[in-house]
Amino acid sequence: MTSEKEIVIKTDNLTKKFGDFIAANEITFEVFKGEIFGFLGANGAGKTTAMKMLIGISKPSSGKATIAGFDVYKETEKIKKSIGYMSQKFSLYEDLTINENIQLFGGIYGLSDDEIEKRRSELINKLNLQNEADKLVGSLPLGWKQKLAFSIAIFHTPKIVFLDEPTGGVDPITRRQFWDMIYEASHNGITVFVTTHYMDEAEYCDRVSIMVDGVIKALDSPAELKKQFKANSMDEVFLMLARDAKRGE
Amino acid sequence: MKQLITFIKKEFHHILRDTRSMLVLIGLPIVQLLIFGFAITTEVRNANIAVLDNSKDEVTQGIITKIESSQYFDIDRSITSNDQIEKAFKSGKIKLAVIFQPNFQNELSHSNKAQLQIIADATDPNQATTLTNYLSSIVRDYQNELNRQNKLPYTINTETRMLYNPQLKGAYTSVPGVMGMILLLISAMMTSIAIVREKELGTMEILLVSPMKPWLVVISKVIPYFIISLINVATILILSVFVLGLPIEGSLFLLIASTVIYIFCALSLGILISTVTETQQAAMLISLLGLMLPVVMLSGYAFPIANMPTILQILSNLVPAKWYIIIIKNVMIKGIGIEQIWKELLILLAMTGTFLIISIKRFKIRL
Amino acid sequence: MNAIEVNNITKTYSTKKNTITAVDDVSFSVSEGELFGLIGPDGSGKTSIFRILTTVLLADKGTAKVMNLDVVKNYTSIRNIIGYMPGRFSLYQDLTVEENLNFFATIFNTTIQENYDLVADIYKQLEPFKTRRAGKLSGGMKQKLALSCALIHKPKILFLDEPTTGVDPVSRKEFWEMLKRLKAQGISILVSTPYMDEANLCDRIALIQTGKILEIDIPQNIVNRFDKNLYAVKSKSMFNLLNDLRAYSKTESCFAFGQYHHLVLNEEHPDMNELKSYLKDHTELEITQIKPNIEDRFMQLMRK
Repeated sequence: MTSEKEIVIKTDNLTKKFGDFIAANEITFEVFKGEIFGFLGANGAGKTTAMKMLIGISKPSSGKATIAGFDVYKETEKIKKSIGYMSQKFSLYEDLTINENIQLFGGIYGLSDDEIEKRRSELINKLNLQNEADKLVGSLPLGWKQKLAFSIAIFHTPKIVFLDEPTGGVDPITRRQFWDMIYEASHNGITVFVTTHYMDEAEYCDRVSIMVDGVIKALDSPAELKKQFKANSMDEVFLMLARDAKRGE
Repeated sequence: MKQLITFIKKEFHHILRDTRSMLVLIGLPIVQLLIFGFAITTEVRNANIAVLDNSKDEVTQGIITKIESSQYFDIDRSITSNDQIEKAFKSGKIKLAVIFQPNFQNELSHSNKAQLQIIADATDPNQATTLTNYLSSIVRDYQNELNRQNKLPYTINTETRMLYNPQLKGAYTSVPGVMGMILLLISAMMTSIAIVREKELGTMEILLVSPMKPWLVVISKVIPYFIISLINVATILILSVFVLGLPIEGSLFLLIASTVIYIFCALSLGILISTVTETQQAAMLISLLGLMLPVVMLSGYAFPIANMPTILQILSNLVPAKWYIIIIKNVMIKGIGIEQIWKELLILLAMTGTFLIISIKRFKIRL
Repeated sequence: MNAIEVNNITKTYSTKKNTITAVDDVSFSVSEGELFGLIGPDGSGKTSIFRILTTVLLADKGTAKVMNLDVVKNYTSIRNIIGYMPGRFSLYQDLTVEENLNFFATIFNTTIQENYDLVADIYKQLEPFKTRRAGKLSGGMKQKLALSCALIHKPKILFLDEPTTGVDPVSRKEFWEMLKRLKAQGISILVSTPYMDEANLCDRIALIQTGKILEIDIPQNIVNRFDKNLYAVKSKSMFNLLNDLRAYSKTESCFAFGQYHHLVLNEEHPDMNELKSYLKDHTELEITQIKPNIEDRFMQLMRK
């Protein structure tokens, strides 16, 4: 990271309330261009709520936030065009082939046919899917699906890609291949915002935030966090912070 | 036993906590029935009619004045002959015609009897029946007034003729039709969805692994919907008697007994659907396309079976609602006893048995 | 007597186009009172094995026994003595915590009071929320409730299919502590997990991948069977380091492992100075020989 870092995500006291319940409480942080930002937290800590506000599908109760320079209140459509999103649950249409999925998402993001075709063949070659390109996505092993889903999430070269537990249940080798792809994307200037339950994956991030009970309790590079909490691993850091969580929700 | 009660309690929790299914279960029957009831009662105000007075005496004038003063009828004075009446019916100008016999008053005072003919356009059978009923009661009122002054009772015979649809097929079908449809909807669709939901949520897996017998699971799923169906039957009957004014002519016991058999039939159909589907969506689709459509199209509820192509007439025999609607029409409207409907009842019972046997064969003690 | 015995079980699923072998000639046994782990990623056949053992799925080939009862012939007896927590926490979302537990107690012919001591430990944490609907609970809480429901009839064997998937590390840790206490009460436990770090918490484990068992043993022996030199390598720029290490001629494999990269070299006595000079452009370089863990062994077996 150089000293003049370009800020791509900026939140200022971002808050989301559901009735009396404060799901996300005055969240303030910045994410820089090309950074891999780990967004950690216990179940129910408010991660999902916060992420939904950032990708423009949930309106904050108060506070400010800009994503890729666009306001989360007024410019959600512009935000959606400049980000990619991949969740563990839904990633691709299982009853479409790989090629059809690529063409569909390319079309959704308004790429020209030539551009789609060019990137599609690059992608198929890179993932070594030449023989599978016309097979249904449903017939692929989980690991391949996740890698393909990630490639499609960054197919339109978004400024930021949001990954919600992308590696849950994936075998150890594929999990690492997946992270190789994340590294590469970050290397190419795409900002990666990722949630995970694997604490070893937290170590791969440039910076990590840990949310507890709707509040960001810690935010720094893994090395700094370990120093600060006198811990040997991110796992220990996480346990120290999250153990005192009050919320049963 | 305790397992069963707890399970049923749980089912009621599911139902009571889901406003949407509550609306479907309790609200839909009432709305359906009232829509039909409303349709029956609104259109009879200010209906255009023709009066052909071949006698032109004191009594006929009295009756005409009474008809005119009622809010239901508007008399078209331009029609003065039989030919004109026929034309007016054909062009839809009038809904009903009243024809007095010649020497009406004379007949009445000499033989104490006189003839009055009511002709109605029965293309809309519900409306035709309502109009003739109103008209007959106006005439009856007048007759009663006359009789108060006379020692010898006069009788004015009203002869009713329904044009175009003389047997009044389709009349009074709305209540039996709504019952046939609603009971199927609740019993078959809701039961199948409730069972399939457990499969979808994964709780069926735990239930299978538990000591609870699979058939007990099914029974406990069925009982709540059976109870709700009975409540609906009561609501529909009360509404149809007191709001729509449709009397129950036959035995109430027979009516309820055959309804219970129909509910069993629908429930077993619901169980059958649940054994062949894996998702709530699929169960709902099969119920709607496979059950609701045939009930509406083939049961004789919306379209008379006699007018269907032969192939559809044959197919309609497979629709339980067809037989149920025949039973209900006979018992409720015509007041016929078991001796005339035992065949239909047997068919329903046979269908129930078949559905249950297939379900038991198909029901998996495993996933 | 073994609590569980599985002999040459095979299970295939056929779709219109192809046949998938979910479980491929799997055999293993679990002793009474043992905490046995099936370790493998999604789609490795764990769930099929669980369903066959809990009698809800029939195997194509092979036999299996639970407490000496055949899973096909004696399925009703088995269903009375086992507790099962399927992969998705199968709870009624629209019932409250208490109603769920009550319901499962009743269908297993028991009451909460009767076996309260067994679940007390877990259920106490849930009690403040007992009137909350299960659908409104967090993942960790759902997991605890599902475990309570599986335990409420005091089963002899507990089948837990991926109980910690999607649950945060704190809840996972607590969950394994609960399992240890249950084991101490004599309950045999078969548990599956995709998290390799949880393998060490089991008495014995089977590593499983694409329906085949790669290895069965106590965790220590499995780790000991890793027969190569393993190095943890770290530098200022981890991304470049990974690429450089993979390009190194003597590298057998190199994967990211948290803050280090795990490097396996294909020589028995590698020359460390050569490696260091190869990596001379990296600053803050750190190379240490380390003991492998389960995940290292799993990846080694996968590559064979």
